[in-house]
Amino acid sequence: MTALLELDRLNVTFHGEQTIHAINDLSLRLEQGEMLVLLGESGSGKSVTLKTLLRLLPPARSRVQGGITVNGADILALSGRKLQEYRGGEVSMVFQEPALALDPVYRIGDQIAEAVRRKKGVSRAEARATALDMLRRVRIPSPERRMSNFPHELSGGMRQRAMIALALACRPRLLLADEPTTALDATVQIQILLLLRELQKEFGMGVIFVTHDIGVAVEISDRIAVMYAGQIIEEGSTHEIIRDPRHPYTQGLLAANLHDAAPGERLEAIPGVPPALDAKPVACSFSPRCPHAQPGCRADLPPVVSLGPRRHVSCLLAQQDIAAQ
Amino acid sequence: MAVAEIERAPAFKRRGYWAGVARRLMRDRVAILCLAILAALVLSAIFAPLLPIQDPYQASMVARLKPIGTAGHPLGTDEQGRDMLARLIYGGRLTLMIGLMPVAIAFFIGSTLGIVAGYIGGRVNTLIMRSIDVFFAFPSVLLAIAISGALGAGILNSLVSLSVVFVPPITRVAESVTSAVRSADYIEAARASGGNALTIMRVHVLGNVLGPIFVYASSLTSVCMILAAGLSFLGVGVKPPEPEWGLMLNTLRTAIYMNPMVAALPGLMIFVTSLCLNLLSDGLRSAMNVKE
Repeated sequence: MTALLELDRLNVTFHGEQTIHAINDLSLRLEQGEMLVLLGESGSGKSVTLKTLLRLLPPARSRVQGGITVNGADILALSGRKLQEYRGGEVSMVFQEPALALDPVYRIGDQIAEAVRRKKGVSRAEARATALDMLRRVRIPSPERRMSNFPHELSGGMRQRAMIALALACRPRLLLADEPTTALDATVQIQILLLLRELQKEFGMGVIFVTHDIGVAVEISDRIAVMYAGQIIEEGSTHEIIRDPRHPYTQGLLAANLHDAAPGERLEAIPGVPPALDAKPVACSFSPRCPHAQPGCRADLPPVVSLGPRRHVSCLLAQQDIAAQ
Repeated sequence: MAVAEIERAPAFKRRGYWAGVARRLMRDRVAILCLAILAALVLSAIFAPLLPIQDPYQASMVARLKPIGTAGHPLGTDEQGRDMLARLIYGGRLTLMIGLMPVAIAFFIGSTLGIVAGYIGGRVNTLIMRSIDVFFAFPSVLLAIAISGALGAGILNSLVSLSVVFVPPITRVAESVTSAVRSADYIEAARASGGNALTIMRVHVLGNVLGPIFVYASSLTSVCMILAAGLSFLGVGVKPPEPEWGLMLNTLRTAIYMNPMVAALPGLMIFVTSLCLNLLSDGLRSAMNVKE
């Protein structure tokens, strides 16, 4: 069985006044119907990964190397019509800020219907029926009336539901969600997460969900990939990552959780800041901040250690642990 | 309340964007007054042949330069004894047409160029915008006179020269608004859902930039009208004996010591019309610039 998505040693660099190495040797595999969370802090390359998948990066200023395969098709080789069919047809995206990602001058129903008509080539009436059906599926109350609402007339949660309806209207096999709940308040956030989870099961989609919120990640995902400085430093099932984090960065992230902290106690923060990405890493990117760093960490790239099926961590310490056992 | 009732009750009163603009414009008394004056001018210009007024070309040697209030000539007569009221009304046809048409033409050309330049960016932007910059080297009046002078007098040539004059500023505004819209999330969302460049420009960019460009273009109409009258005044616009306000101002110039009130009438018309256009476009700007 071919994987839904396969990223093979993906490298993305931006060229401007200085070169930014945004993604460095990133490899990832997503199976059909899986929900993967890309977890990482700001600037770790989560959003760039999603944009690269849709080939949305400005071609003049960015260079993409490596392999992107969706359903066996080489995405980097697509162009023109094929690329347009791929975007929105095969893969579609939910944006972080629905207030900005919906066109303010068109009614919700028209926006969804237009996307369906463009992609599927169906009649106007059929497209509107699909749009209405989608609004119903994302549980927008009284969808008939919401069809003729403008985006600014909806609440934040409602808007994100409309955005999801728009993204799913053409039944993509892969959904990219770029922090879709960050702009929402906590109660709406959980509703949207549950909705996404449900729709994902219903449609059998693969989902890549980008977030910096570990609580959200645990809530929604089958698998978690932790990103740091444009690399995936640890990957595994949600259970494995939460129960048995092997990378010091993942351990730090989990320790920095607010929920277990006692009042008055200092929060466990990871000292230092993420590295500048102006050079391709030659050693472990996390070593300057790592409490367990050894001279070997700063001398060479960390080894990718396989801990089990589809469970990897790139850390020298993990390798030593295994050797000791 | 039963579920069915809730379903039936309106979420809130449905209002389109333009209904909101109209409602806010109605509250602006000055803008409404200007709109009324302009509407009266436009209607009288359109229906001039149906109005009970005299022939604007009918000259009379005996009835030259009659003052305002003369029997049969409520606004007096000009230097050839033609009825001023009729000439002012018929003059409005030409003046308004060559005041509005160039802006309309420039609006189409300028917004197309500006949106293409702003959306595609890069070399295309440089090519279009730097070519446009060349036109900014000349003052607009001088450019209009130069083009009209080269093409010769006549209504069509005035239309062409004035359109050329107004394309650059509209292009520049369209380009700057489009550049702002281009980086908006919904444009990227449209690209992510597989829209091609043409669809995105036509649907998503145009829908969002048309308002600001329209407001800017409406503020140009008064300038255009004054320029058109100026061209006629200088003899490179409309040719006599056509009644046109600028041309009438020129021919009545010699009568300023004999009958200053009548000589001032075409100027007054130009003044009132351009003032009304300006105030209306101001009202429109504030009515459309509503932040959500």
